[in-house]
Amino acid sequence: MASPDDLTGGKTSLYAARKAVYPKRVDGPFRRLKWAIMAVTLAIYYGTPWIRWDRGPYAPDQAVLVDLAHRRFYMFQIEIWPHEFYYVAGLLIMAGIGLFLVTSAVGRAWCGYACPQTVWTDLFQHVDRLVDGDRNAQIRLAQGPWTAEKIGKRALKYAIYLTIAFWTGGAWIMYFADAPTLTHDFWTGQAAPVAYGTVAVLTATTFVLGGFMREQVCIYMCPWPRIQTAMMDEKSLLVTYREWRGEPRGSTKKAMAHPGAFGDCIDCNQCVAVCPTGIDIREGPQIGCITCALCIDACDGVMAQVGRPRGLIDYCTLEDVAAEKAGGTARPVRKTLFRPRTIIYFSIWCAIGAAMLFTLGQRTRLDLAVQHERSPLYVQLSDGHIRNNYTLKLRNMETRPRAVEVTVSGLKDAALWTEEGSRDKAAQRITLTLAPDSVTRVKLFVAAPAAGAARQDFTIATRGLDGDPRGDSETIQFDRPPADNQEPGQ
Amino acid sequence: MADKRRIDEATGTSTVGHEWDGIEELNTPLPRWWLWTFYLTIIWALGYAILYPAWPMVHSATKGVLGWSSRGQLEKELAAEAQRRAPIVNAIAATPIAELPARPQLMQAAIQGGGAAFRVHCVQCHGAGGAGVKKLYPNLTDDDWLWGGDLAAIHYTITNGIRNPDVKTTRTSQMPAFGRDGILDAAQIDDLVSHVRVISRQEKPSASSARGAALFSANCAVCHGAGGEGGRSVGAPKLTDAIWLYGGDRASLTATINQPRNGVMPHWGERLDPVTIKMLAAYVYSLGGGEKAPAPAAVAAAAPEGQGADGQP
Repeated sequence: MASPDDLTGGKTSLYAARKAVYPKRVDGPFRRLKWAIMAVTLAIYYGTPWIRWDRGPYAPDQAVLVDLAHRRFYMFQIEIWPHEFYYVAGLLIMAGIGLFLVTSAVGRAWCGYACPQTVWTDLFQHVDRLVDGDRNAQIRLAQGPWTAEKIGKRALKYAIYLTIAFWTGGAWIMYFADAPTLTHDFWTGQAAPVAYGTVAVLTATTFVLGGFMREQVCIYMCPWPRIQTAMMDEKSLLVTYREWRGEPRGSTKKAMAHPGAFGDCIDCNQCVAVCPTGIDIREGPQIGCITCALCIDACDGVMAQVGRPRGLIDYCTLEDVAAEKAGGTARPVRKTLFRPRTIIYFSIWCAIGAAMLFTLGQRTRLDLAVQHERSPLYVQLSDGHIRNNYTLKLRNMETRPRAVEVTVSGLKDAALWTEEGSRDKAAQRITLTLAPDSVTRVKLFVAAPAAGAARQDFTIATRGLDGDPRGDSETIQFDRPPADNQEPGQ
Repeated sequence: MADKRRIDEATGTSTVGHEWDGIEELNTPLPRWWLWTFYLTIIWALGYAILYPAWPMVHSATKGVLGWSSRGQLEKELAAEAQRRAPIVNAIAATPIAELPARPQLMQAAIQGGGAAFRVHCVQCHGAGGAGVKKLYPNLTDDDWLWGGDLAAIHYTITNGIRNPDVKTTRTSQMPAFGRDGILDAAQIDDLVSHVRVISRQEKPSASSARGAALFSANCAVCHGAGGEGGRSVGAPKLTDAIWLYGGDRASLTATINQPRNGVMPHWGERLDPVTIKMLAAYVYSLGGGEKAPAPAAVAAAAPEGQGADGQP
């Protein structure tokens, strides 16, 4: 932020040092909401890998597991295979549209309450207050000499930082392997090098980003605030300073001396003191404001002390502030939330969610993919029949072994057998046992009389024989030698 | 340059004080930590250049303190892979070829490895899918075998080759050149062709084929069998089925009897290790025509007119 002061003094520097922020302790409804959200999000993050979920003997019993080694993604009763990754894509699209919805309705609520950078910065700032004391004590300590006390406090603080950071990095890897096993392996030095590397990297980033970079991440690194400015409008709920009510600023003493000459803002700077990004909300909406609403708590507290109505700083749309300035009244919050834009976002969000739930409910857990062997396309058998070879990929996506049958239809007098069988045991259908939660490759031989079209479509189908008869089928070609190339002897 | 710093009205930001033809620059300083990050990347690059190959020299790049190379890494990975596969390879080496199918896991591994070896050593003649080349090299995917289609027979053929002058144990036989060497005259060969086309059900019996039948008994039956059912001990093809390596029409049959091809195949026993040959046999066996090993009793009892190839000795 440039001020006329910058114009005096020496050379202009091309680089600006970070201005340290020492947010003051504050209490109020929004602070308590932030406490609650922090507790919930941290509990979800640290606790989820430890939830157990019984899937029988053939699958892991961890409720949420991204099993990269075996290419499976488990989330409670849902198991996602790599070819079903569109569910994850759908979730990401929903998350994106959800952010659009939240931003257009309540501004940067994500930034203010739920973003990991915000939650961990908040946590680290509580550590600051716990070790160093509140804002003024922190400033004194920062400016004071390196006494034994300061060294001790810094050492303690960084030790706590490091513990939190390590725990954060350690929790992350638990999502990718069985948590109890991995914990044991980790501490006995048997875990994979990538586990240690990941923990080290995430410990370092948490320590640096949460302990030192803080609001610099939001202002200089994160693209989201820039995108959000394009999605907010004058109808979005923002943390707003009611300029019409606060200006001109003056202390209570001045206001008593000159009744009517000053606004409600007593220029106590509490809103600046509590701000975790160190901005002055009275300058209007800005990139540094993550709308955490702590300034609302601070200002409401001051207003209560000086006997003025709350809401000098409040969640308010720019449109309403303009209306109030003109003498009108603000619309109720309900009306600012329900407007065409938010309703359209919400409808799209719901539609994608419903479509995903529907397909999730409809999906079969037995899947067939057939590949016609091209080299050779067909084989002449000694009795004049023609054989074609196929590679079947049977996906048993259930966590139990399954008995299935494979049948063909649309190919007259066809006989099938597999590598284990032989032609003299060929039949119209074969039964197979599929290993649980795996892909079984089967080489299928299909023989049929030579009389017929050179290229004929027929269907290979599979279905369960163990109660759930749902299955899958695929239409594929049967090739015969062309008539002019037909071997004599038929 | 004159210091003309001022506050820009529209943005409220100070200018840096330069001015060129009325164009000024706003002062939006970069965060200092960004600068430090930049210096850190330079330090990282220096460390990288010392530890890893980096500077191009006349013949190669500098080696780097760690001595790492992509070739070395590949060798390490190949060694690790070989070590990982060692138990399977050893198990295949220890298992007699005929007992492989009883151990499905070993069989599958052998088929996989055999497929890889096939694509290197065999595709030149037998084709990528083992379908051979018509009138040149036999098809390995069908149910007709010249020298036998069970695992042991395939294994023997791959090891010793066919009509290979370098090994005594090679599979060998020679069909006489009946036409070229004047053993039979053109009319007799024509009658013989008629007979072969009758037993393979391509023609109706005729006077010519009746004459041919007598010629067949005298000249051909010793290898091809009295009914033309073939003889695998000498690689004599079955003449009653629908599969003809060198063609089953009159012209092709006449050419074959005039001057047979007597195809050859290299012996791989010296060029490939025993495990690879076992794997190749398993792969060829798996292509669709693999036969069960004939039980000793079944060989004796086999009917010469069996429809399938299975009953053939």
